[in-house]
Amino acid sequence: MEITSPRFKDNAAHALADPQLQKALGNVRAGFIDKRQKAVDGLPEFDLLRDRAREIKDHALANLDLYLEAYEAKVKATGGHVHWAETAEDARNIVLDICRRAGARAVTKGKSMITEEIGLNDFLSANGIKPVETDLGEYIIQLRGEHPSHIIAPAVHLNKEQVEADFRRVHDHLAPSRDLEEPEALLGEARRVLRPAYFDADVGITGANFLVAETGSSVIVTNEGNGDLTQILPKVHVVVASIEKIVPTLSDVAQILRVLARSATGQEMSVYTTLSTGPRRPGDPDGPEEYHVVLLDNGRSSMLGTEFQDMLRCIRCGACMNHCPVYHAIGGHAYGWVYPGPMGAVLTPSLIGVDKGGHLPNASTFCGRCESVCPMRIPLPKMMRSWREREFERGLNPAPQRYGLGLWAFFAKRPRLYRLAASIGIPVLSAFSFGKGAFGSLPLAGGWTKHRDMPAPESRTFMQQWRERDAVSKQAAA
Amino acid sequence: MSARDAILNRVRNALKPGASEAERRRLVDERLTAAPNGVIPARGQLPEQERVALFCTMAQKIAATIERVGKADDVPKAVTQYLRAKNLPASVRMGADGRLAAMPWAKQRSLTVKSGPSDGDDEVGVSHALGGVAETGTVVMESGPANPTTINFLPEHHIVVVDAKDVAGDLEAVLERVRRAYGKGEMPRTLNLISGPSRSGDIEQKIILGAHGPRALHLIVVG
Repeated sequence: MEITSPRFKDNAAHALADPQLQKALGNVRAGFIDKRQKAVDGLPEFDLLRDRAREIKDHALANLDLYLEAYEAKVKATGGHVHWAETAEDARNIVLDICRRAGARAVTKGKSMITEEIGLNDFLSANGIKPVETDLGEYIIQLRGEHPSHIIAPAVHLNKEQVEADFRRVHDHLAPSRDLEEPEALLGEARRVLRPAYFDADVGITGANFLVAETGSSVIVTNEGNGDLTQILPKVHVVVASIEKIVPTLSDVAQILRVLARSATGQEMSVYTTLSTGPRRPGDPDGPEEYHVVLLDNGRSSMLGTEFQDMLRCIRCGACMNHCPVYHAIGGHAYGWVYPGPMGAVLTPSLIGVDKGGHLPNASTFCGRCESVCPMRIPLPKMMRSWREREFERGLNPAPQRYGLGLWAFFAKRPRLYRLAASIGIPVLSAFSFGKGAFGSLPLAGGWTKHRDMPAPESRTFMQQWRERDAVSKQAAA
Repeated sequence: MSARDAILNRVRNALKPGASEAERRRLVDERLTAAPNGVIPARGQLPEQERVALFCTMAQKIAATIERVGKADDVPKAVTQYLRAKNLPASVRMGADGRLAAMPWAKQRSLTVKSGPSDGDDEVGVSHALGGVAETGTVVMESGPANPTTINFLPEHHIVVVDAKDVAGDLEAVLERVRRAYGKGEMPRTLNLISGPSRSGDIEQKIILGAHGPRALHLIVVG
């Protein structure tokens, strides 16, 4: 997919001016936060489980090489195949090769962000293989030629009227007079249209929420059941997963599951948690004949051992974006690549480079809600700050910002000079606001005043006011 | 160098482990062997009767329906009654599970029992669970020659029989049973943890039942 993260500011401006999007984003603000809070309140051990979940992933990451080897050995022992992919391109080619050997013309797909990351659908289409997304939200955006705007609710930027229009446009074999007003009718139609696709597919492709080293199992967590139909009906099942999905044991999966669904949708458990281990076995009446796992690095190993290693604990629940005032205002597409919200602001520069993704860590108010709800206790604001520092070190921010900061630093390092300049500048600015308390426009600050007023300073500096306060309290004490 | 070795080398170099290689290996082997449990919520840690009651309550909360019968022989009648109450055709799809096969299906004269995996045209599927999880109202299904996975997903209605004595307090206890049944580190090809009927909230975040899997999940608890 085209990366538009470098145009983040334009994207955000368009998003703010899009009435359909703004209406749809109301559903994010209204739904996710309350549901999560209720689920958290219902489990007294929730915070202990968050600590445990963090420990599990930290331990797995600190020994990632060994767990990857153990996992691979287990998959092979159960008759599955493991393919290692260093880059997105390698992963695409491996999947294409598996599809070609299976003689595949159509593949079904369970919802998977990793296949968005590697741009699998466009690649398969260009090579004559038809990918069919089966998750309702993914299906809708595939019809529209869009990408997910949220990692667990891909079509959250749309309203039902838009979905109805798309279904009428694409399902043109169905009666135009049919009633599609309510989401129930839309879901029913998607179910009927997609059912045959599972049977027609030669290969089913899913992601994985976890890879279990103890057993060689891949785990998917879903609500619709489409991921399961995708992996049990075609004769080949391909799992695409990045290397940090490894957890040591089944018990560890059980622990993390307790924080995953609660943080994501406010459910105690998602409807379907499925552990798959190898292909169909002798005597099995159903299931895939071949089972492949594509283990993708694509930049993860370069995050290990750096200040961004903690990001690899992420379990993709979406809680950070559900609670983010910036995401609430602009939605996911404005972020310009696969991963939006706070987790995207940290992950995107790691995966596509800070030169392309550098705007994203700046799109934060540092309110800290993302970190406070993160089930894996990932210090997202701290990591966004680290990206800002790197961006500055590499001279990537605009010149006025750099010179402005340089000028401020010059004075900040010279306290006497700073106080002198402030004691002259502040009364001047205060006088020029003519008692309105704010500026509607200011030279050199057009970027700020275009959208909001700049508050005018009080007539005295902070230091002056502090000294007066001090004097008053000393008097009172005497 | 193969992609495998390149990735593993990069991981190793990045980690620059504090502990020695031998020490790390020992820790990892220990973890894989012991598989420690961690934090088990108090909610499900109850004596058997209350545990089964909690299982039923939790399952109903997530839109499953529940019927409790006294003994395994009562199941076929309960199934027939469910079909009648829902106005469904008197036909079910079922695997070759020994526990189901031992039940008196022939006594339900009007009922057709089709065996084998689902072909996608079944209104109703019947399966037997390996166990249940009281904490969340989850049923745990294993695949195998007698238990087709397709029955868990393709029929419109899924009826799951679960023995009350197999209802555990927490998921960890059921996973421990799987380890004992299959051997440590071994698994059935597919283990499905099912919590309520299929649903989607993808259109305007409104939850609707019956997305791609069963619209209804009916649990028959035996004992």
